[in-house]
Amino acid sequence: MKPDSTETRRIIGDILALHAHEGPLGQDMLLPVLHAIQDRLGFIPPDAVEGLAQSFNLSRAEVHGVITFYHYYKTTPPARCTVQVCRAEACQSMGGDALLSHVSHALGCDLHAHTPDGSFALEPVYCLGQCATAPAIMINDAVHARVTPQRFDKLVAKLSTKAEEVA
Amino acid sequence: MSVRIHVPADSAALALGADDVASAIRSEAARRGIAIDLVRNGTRGLLYLEPLVEVETPDGRIGFGNVDESDVAALFDAGFHDGESTHRLALGLVEDIPYLARQTRLTFARCGITDPLSLADYEAHGGYRGLRQAVTMTGADIVAAVTASGLRGRGGAAFHTGIKWNTVLRAPGYQKYIVCNADEGDSGTFADRIVMESDPFVLIEGMTIAGLAVGATRGFIYVRSEYPHAIAALNHAIQTATRAGLLGANVAGSGRAFELEVRKGAGAYICGEETALLESIEGKRGVVRAKPPLPALAGLFGQPTVINNVLSLASVPVILDKGAQFYQDFGMGRSRGTLPVQLAGNIKNGGLIELAFGVTLREIMYDYGGGSASGRPIKAVQVGGPLGAYLPPSQWDTPLDYEAFAALWAVLGHGGIVVHDDSADMAKLARYAMEFCAVESCGKCTPCRIGSTRGVEVIDKIRAGTERPQQVILLRSLCDTMLNGSLCAMGGMTPYPVLSALNHFPQDFGQVAGDELAA
Repeated sequence: MKPDSTETRRIIGDILALHAHEGPLGQDMLLPVLHAIQDRLGFIPPDAVEGLAQSFNLSRAEVHGVITFYHYYKTTPPARCTVQVCRAEACQSMGGDALLSHVSHALGCDLHAHTPDGSFALEPVYCLGQCATAPAIMINDAVHARVTPQRFDKLVAKLSTKAEEVA
Repeated sequence: MSVRIHVPADSAALALGADDVASAIRSEAARRGIAIDLVRNGTRGLLYLEPLVEVETPDGRIGFGNVDESDVAALFDAGFHDGESTHRLALGLVEDIPYLARQTRLTFARCGITDPLSLADYEAHGGYRGLRQAVTMTGADIVAAVTASGLRGRGGAAFHTGIKWNTVLRAPGYQKYIVCNADEGDSGTFADRIVMESDPFVLIEGMTIAGLAVGATRGFIYVRSEYPHAIAALNHAIQTATRAGLLGANVAGSGRAFELEVRKGAGAYICGEETALLESIEGKRGVVRAKPPLPALAGLFGQPTVINNVLSLASVPVILDKGAQFYQDFGMGRSRGTLPVQLAGNIKNGGLIELAFGVTLREIMYDYGGGSASGRPIKAVQVGGPLGAYLPPSQWDTPLDYEAFAALWAVLGHGGIVVHDDSADMAKLARYAMEFCAVESCGKCTPCRIGSTRGVEVIDKIRAGTERPQQVILLRSLCDTMLNGSLCAMGGMTPYPVLSALNHFPQDFGQVAGDELAA
């Protein structure tokens, strides 16, 4: 569900008010505010930049600069399910490359891309801290370790069943 | 009487299905009418055994390794809840497992034993004794104790913690800060994560002691966004400690204040660099600052700031509790105390191994690690994260000691070890090091920003066999520029994995072995 812009503005206004409880908003609250917006909306709408700049007494360029510096922040609506495959050395040593090819093939989706129906996105991630039980992936918020192609297929099948139950 | 069963809630165990195991145990116990007390403990660090379920018995805890939810009914059938260890997953007493029994657990003494979120459990296992000692001391005396312990920064740079603290103690400033660098982005490291998830109070206690030592009343823990469980555990523990009067306006009745806050990163590796991290807390792009000024004099918001790694701060409580000499008695040379080795990658028994400095890499990989996971010969190990050197077999008898590694043009760093078997292509890994630097560079200095992209191109040409001898010379020259011209370790140390791969494994770059080694 994509909230309309009035709704988005209201949500962002609430978040700003919540973070300004101890006096005026200092720039150090910018990352916590951006996190709160993304937690709520799934991404940071580009048209929110101007309002944020005003609230923090920063230029739009400064706010835009912060949002685009950090890999974590998204500026477009996310896919229903984001799969992140760890690309770091420990996972590479345990077949991370082969796992990535399998995931990409199974989802029908390249790295940094969405499936055409918007149900899956495939992204790289650099270390999930599961290096002793590599390779690791993250599906939405859940980390999975010692992932083989077979285990990945099972995880996705489970996910699809859940989605059908909800629908 | 109900039987107490432990199922870890550490993210390594969760990633292997620990939640499913826990709920299977609950429902199976209910179905059989067996009263159980299920505790979600942290991890013991024996990650190769996760999920590691432990059953409390009068003799100690009996372990069951690699438990899957499908094993639970059979475990009950075999009477595991009565302390029977006949099931095929039974490991006997956990404390007797050689991997654990042969460690020296100082910083990680409580991990896996206690309920991470229970303050009572923490205090029952020696927690907050260090702080209670510290509140009776002057700041200068606390700093002197940490200096005398020989503790060096566990984040990688190995700078003496006491010297850093002393600079902050003596620096003028209206508001001093303690900042914990918990942006553990290096592949092959997870010790910070284990502390935060499995024993968060020890970090909080260490930071509080640091605050008392240098006169700082505010602290920040900067945790990477990839660690949601660590963030949740810390926030919970901070609330508990605040309610108990161990944080806040009057720390443990000392009349001195210390407040603590978690800040979440946003997926930028460079924010593990201390000045980029400070910029990030200030709400800016994580761009590296030029030094001087040192953060100790002009750090967060321009004020004197102690910035330490999780493990450095988590080592402080035991030093205050048992004394500097106790800690100093472990280790070798100028590397005092213990190092939490993190054994990862293509290794049979990966996990956390806390040991006094001085053990060799080979002992770690074979005696503890049990050799490669694939069963193939081990080819190379990278020590110290993505910016650490690759070591060939001829260097595996090196003891874990900061100076011994430096003498080999390698870095011990934070003690993260990633093992690669003989299927590894070292030229490809060298290319990856450059590629990673290109993705994660903050862009402030040219050697790192441009050098890493050129590095990928040059290695691609070497791998394709295009003008190979010239490209190898070019790669060495480029690495020399990055090493000497970069503003921070990101560009300055990327040459370590690249050149060590080239020097020790020239055949993977299409070079004749022994070629170019002199350069």
